[in-house]
Amino acid sequence: MFDRAMRRKLFSHGMTILTGATVVIVLIPLFWIIYESALLGGSVFSLGFFTQNIPAPCSAHTGVTCSTEGVGSAIQGTVYLLLLASLYSVPVGLGAAIFAVEYGGQRAFARAISMAADVLSGVPSIVAGMFIYALLIVYEPAIVFSVFSGSLALGVIMLPIVMRTSEEALRTIPHSVREAALALGISRWKTSVRIILVGALPGVLTGVLLSIARAAGEAAPLLLLDNGSLHPCLSVDTVCQSLSLTIYLGATSASSNYVAIAWGAALLLIIIILGLSIVSQLVLNRTARKWGQGS
Amino acid sequence: MTRGNPFPTFPSRKTRAVSKWGDRIFLVLTAVAAAGLIAVLVALVVVLYHGSLPTINALGLNFLYTLTWNPQGNVYGIVPFAIGTLLTSAIALLLAIPLSIGAAIFLTQHAPTWLREPVAQVIQLLAAIPSVVYGFWGLIVLVPIMRYDVDPILANVLGWTGWFSGRHIGLDVLTASVVLSIMTVPTITAISKDSILAVPRSQKEAALSLGATDWEVSRRAVIPYARSGIIAGIVLGLGRALGETMAVTLVIGNANVIPTSLFSQGQTIASLIANDFFEQETPLELPALLEAALFLLIITLAVNIVARWIQARFQAGRAVGAE
Repeated sequence: MFDRAMRRKLFSHGMTILTGATVVIVLIPLFWIIYESALLGGSVFSLGFFTQNIPAPCSAHTGVTCSTEGVGSAIQGTVYLLLLASLYSVPVGLGAAIFAVEYGGQRAFARAISMAADVLSGVPSIVAGMFIYALLIVYEPAIVFSVFSGSLALGVIMLPIVMRTSEEALRTIPHSVREAALALGISRWKTSVRIILVGALPGVLTGVLLSIARAAGEAAPLLLLDNGSLHPCLSVDTVCQSLSLTIYLGATSASSNYVAIAWGAALLLIIIILGLSIVSQLVLNRTARKWGQGS
Repeated sequence: MTRGNPFPTFPSRKTRAVSKWGDRIFLVLTAVAAAGLIAVLVALVVVLYHGSLPTINALGLNFLYTLTWNPQGNVYGIVPFAIGTLLTSAIALLLAIPLSIGAAIFLTQHAPTWLREPVAQVIQLLAAIPSVVYGFWGLIVLVPIMRYDVDPILANVLGWTGWFSGRHIGLDVLTASVVLSIMTVPTITAISKDSILAVPRSQKEAALSLGATDWEVSRRAVIPYARSGIIAGIVLGLGRALGETMAVTLVIGNANVIPTSLFSQGQTIASLIANDFFEQETPLELPALLEAALFLLIITLAVNIVARWIQARFQAGRAVGAE
């Protein structure tokens, strides 16, 4: 019916439509998850949802009223976890990145550090949780279940992300900038800190934001290490609730209000994480353009 | 870098002494950080190995080929969970690979230029959604759909294969695989897209000049060139699927058995750890769980190293090809 050239052309158009359809299929779950969370989570959003602590489980038998307010203690716990985890992972990750870029003279060693970070980023989060458990149970059994121990596991997860993104940011600074600084007689460490690091700061901050976004949603290590409290946290050696575990609680608890609270927590987490991801992407695009023009 | 200062009067001797010490301190501090990073990686293996010594000594290699996990009888075998992990990851990849490669081809070859970057970045948002949210959504939204809509159709159409037999519960290996496939798509798409973009223009132009259609360019000139990069993306996606915990734990049904069909409840190594950690019945169960974690760590590390190796070879090959 059609000649050969026509058939080939039609087939090509057909494949364009088919590959376009795969994009649509891939995006369906994303919008579905966001839609459900916005619908079911949005309905429990209120001032009390953000300020009240997680309520007690309710049931018709005990007569406890079913409240969907709120996740205050979980927000506080997540903030504690992320602050503590950043405290260890940012200096170590940034330091390792500076070492790899500025002093990694013998390229094999610099590559070994990046390779170690790459490999570390593939470690499953539950394994990071078991690692911290096995480590603390030997040396500090008193704090093995605490927000501190949970933050250590999150630190292990954040460390390779901070290192790799900082490394890439530092590498975008043209070598001529380093040479110019050294030629002016500025010492090496001042060049690294005041010139290279300042120049790469947007990229480094992007990496820190991305690692925080990743850690904010982590639940597996917290399930092992920092699980079971509904109350606000008082000190680093106590167990604290987190937003991610509030969702897990909603999935596993028989108490009906916890499902609604979990949808609210899911929506809040998605807003925070997508917000952080989008902001960091914008910063990254802008800096990429800046240095792209400069060189 | 040349040593020595060509302008002896500036900076002064004192400043130079200070910066010399500053340099040394800075070098030591950053070196300690770099060593710390490598130490974390080494400590992961050492600490988990040390923690699982009781079961390694008591069970030896039995751990690797025992078909049951029975804490009361002090029988610990990783096989049911290794099978659960490999099965869910394999089906997840089977679903994710065509979708991811299709999306990568569309976003690099066929889509209008203005659409490419925004859509690619939206797909990457899939990777940002936490796994516990995937699990919760899977449990509340996907499980009923699988149970009442998808499972009966699959049983009718493909029941004869034997893969789709048993009760339709929705909490099963198939649902876990579907959730995992959604989670691996952004990884495979991103890396496939990057490796397709790295294909030299001349490669495409040569095919076009011979009269190839858009699809023939993708199929015959671009994909073969980007093949190893795409494979690296698939292997990295596999690494992500193997270690995934929360999303799987909430939808797989958590039964410590070898799955007999895709509608069976099952357990992966990661979900075993998440489930049994707080239900330890005997003193040997904790070391057994630590050994399971060590086993999972070694598998995922091996998979990731293979992926990086393929990627590095791909880049090396590209550098040669560019000359």
